[in-house]
Amino acid sequence: MKLYLKLVAMHLKCQMQYKASFLMTCLGQFLTSFTAFLSILFLFNRFHAVEDYSFSEVLICFSVMLTAFSLAECFVRGFDVFPRLVRNGTLDRILVRPRSEIFQVLTSNIEFSRVGRLLQAFVILAYAVPTSGVAWTADRVFAVVLMLLGGVAVFSALFVLYAGFSFFTIEGLEFMNIFTDGSREFGMYPLSVYGEGVLKFYTFCIPIALFQYYPFLYLVGRSDDVRLIFLPLLGFVFLVPCYAFFRFGLRRYKSTGS
Amino acid sequence: MIELKHVQKSFRVARRSAGFSEAVKALFHREYETVHALRDVSFTIRDGEMVGYIGPNGAGKSSTIKVMSGVLTPDSGECVINGRVPWKERVAHVREIGVVFGQRSQLWWDVPVIDSFELIRDIYKVEDGAYRKTLAQLTELLQLGELIRTPARQLSLGQRMRCEIAASLLHNPKVLFLDEPTIGLDAVSKLAVRDFIRAINRENGTTVILTTHDMQDIEALTERILLIGKGKILLDGPLSSLRDRRSPRRTLTVSYAGGRLPVDSDLTLVEEKEGRAVLSVDTDVISVSEAIARLSAKAELRDVSVAEESIDELVASLYREFSI
Amino acid sequence: MKKYLSFFRIRFAAGLQYRAAAWAGISTQFAWGGMTLLLYRAFYETDAAAFPMTFDALSSYIWLQQSLLALFMAWYFDDEIFESITSGGVAYELCRPCDLYAMWFVKNLAIRFSRAALRCAPILLVAAFLPAPYGMSLPANGAAGVLFIVSLLLGTLVLVAFSMLVYLSAFYTLSPMGVRILATSAAEFFSGGLIPIPFFPEPLQPLFYALPFASTQNTPFLIYTGYLGGREALGGIAVQLLWLAGLVLAGRLLIRRALKKVVVQGG
Repeated sequence: MKLYLKLVAMHLKCQMQYKASFLMTCLGQFLTSFTAFLSILFLFNRFHAVEDYSFSEVLICFSVMLTAFSLAECFVRGFDVFPRLVRNGTLDRILVRPRSEIFQVLTSNIEFSRVGRLLQAFVILAYAVPTSGVAWTADRVFAVVLMLLGGVAVFSALFVLYAGFSFFTIEGLEFMNIFTDGSREFGMYPLSVYGEGVLKFYTFCIPIALFQYYPFLYLVGRSDDVRLIFLPLLGFVFLVPCYAFFRFGLRRYKSTGS
Repeated sequence: MIELKHVQKSFRVARRSAGFSEAVKALFHREYETVHALRDVSFTIRDGEMVGYIGPNGAGKSSTIKVMSGVLTPDSGECVINGRVPWKERVAHVREIGVVFGQRSQLWWDVPVIDSFELIRDIYKVEDGAYRKTLAQLTELLQLGELIRTPARQLSLGQRMRCEIAASLLHNPKVLFLDEPTIGLDAVSKLAVRDFIRAINRENGTTVILTTHDMQDIEALTERILLIGKGKILLDGPLSSLRDRRSPRRTLTVSYAGGRLPVDSDLTLVEEKEGRAVLSVDTDVISVSEAIARLSAKAELRDVSVAEESIDELVASLYREFSI
Repeated sequence: MKKYLSFFRIRFAAGLQYRAAAWAGISTQFAWGGMTLLLYRAFYETDAAAFPMTFDALSSYIWLQQSLLALFMAWYFDDEIFESITSGGVAYELCRPCDLYAMWFVKNLAIRFSRAALRCAPILLVAAFLPAPYGMSLPANGAAGVLFIVSLLLGTLVLVAFSMLVYLSAFYTLSPMGVRILATSAAEFFSGGLIPIPFFPEPLQPLFYALPFASTQNTPFLIYTGYLGGREALGGIAVQLLWLAGLVLAGRLLIRRALKKVVVQGG
């Protein structure tokens, strides 16, 4: 843990050497998610609701998704840029060092410019929380915290899965964007709006709905089942198969070296 | 002690073909071919040895290094280093080895080198006392001095390579793998790096395995060479055994003022131009001094120089001999 | 002209080599299109009267957008060009017997066309067999089909002409990052890349049409679906031509000024 903090400090120090570039990337992160926000705003300006969900309610989904994604992207970035680590030989360096591979991949890259997005997510959350008409009891606040934690876990798992696939195909990795960027984009709305099939997919295959949809139902008072707020914890279970797949890929890398 | 027995490794690679219609075909069907990187590699290296590992590009040098450093698992064969199989006990194994990949940096680009060093100390969990001692030794041997307070990006290539090697030695490894450590360095830096490698080997008894294309590295550093070609060890022996294979011919370059050069089958003329001639002498037949005597008898010599076959030419002729 | 064509051929063949990338791109874009349509279905079911076009038309719009993504992706820039400008390597490019603006323009065009050519057919084909109203329909009529092709070409040219300005900005700023980020976000948003322009509030729409971005993907797709018909379609194409001329002219002026500077200062 001490070493982790040291590495975090080191990354921060390095990124601060290029302040202009850092600020620009922050700005870029901010702008892309801001245009996404504007799109929701304008669609609601026209339709006023979607499946009986109000603008503020959708914004809760939006900000939870954005926060979880940005946090995961900031701290699990090493897996997100994993193909690069393979290509430039960093992975070989990792393998000749006496620490766990996971730890070293995690600390190989920490991207602080994601605060651009994070900041916006917080602002929108701050706007959505009071205007959504939700009665903010302690259990509901707790639910939001769990949603964020579960979200970070699921996105981290997706990045690990992505890294695992990069052992098998580099060119074909684009399809993983459906799950990473796609989840972020489409998870800005309550997942039930896409219909039964998609909801099932996002519950059982890529468990985005576990931290976004079901606890959200409790949050906005569509369900009284308090157990729903613990579903995001299942998101951590998703880490297991993704990690196993990564290990499998790593073994293959060691036997092919490519 | 490093022991490799019949290590084999092959890869399957997709064949990329040129041409438009071939590319369309490849969209649906792809052909693969098997590359035998290591066919049968066996050798033993004792503690404290310095070994030069040479061979043309693609001969299997880096694959062998990767097997020995635990990055690559071979298809078959044995590899035991200090009693451990690298790919089975990775963490314990890599604690005892240091690796320098010549063209890749392990230093953090934007911070002073010393910060990278301290991080490496923490990664390898080196005791503070031991770290300070090693660092002091390395700083002295490599003349790092002020360099370690400078960010890596501001260092010259030679300075960076010195820091790079130091970084790989901070945990005082028993074995050091150097993959082309002098590539791209200027003459002064090359000499510094070589001196240092020699010093580390002598003072700490570190086993050094060095791959390089620079034959002067080999000449300056190693007593023993391993020649690999097409995935097989072709030659394993002291550098002097290589010298014995050296051709008996010497090259004489002479400048002369007048007269005619006596040329025959033992003393052939390679080229001649405006009072300067290059001759080739077969020393199995006549000695160099005899050749010079013969020449000076007929012509007025101003200057004579003798050159033996360079080690580069020697290795090139070895590659030719084994057709690799 | 011949050298530009061979340039295109090389790009296309290189693109074919990456078959896994092509398949991955196709499936990603297909899934993306499907999800987008499901989202709009939810809005449609909430308030069908507020829908600015028929659902069939929207489906065609989305499928065209996904299949031709490579033509209109605003975020794509050739890093080599930025690199050659910021590093001063552009001076060497001047030694070649090519018009620099045209060469860069063609390079970008070739990358976009070759990528789109490889990927659009499978997506459109599958989309065509989806049940109504989610599938891809034929163009509104024959004339719309022809005008669509013309407008599609013009739209791509407009986008490339715009990205040329972004490249050229690198001559004038130290780090082109900022301009690049702003330009990408603006182009994506104002071109109807996130949501089609007819879905924006009516009072805002004149703003969208006053910008060049509406002349990239918006015009051809709306012509195809019949949203812009007859005179409106021709008008849209005329606007595209105007923007193309304007952007190319601006780019030419910028590059001439910039190169003068390079030659005088020696990079």
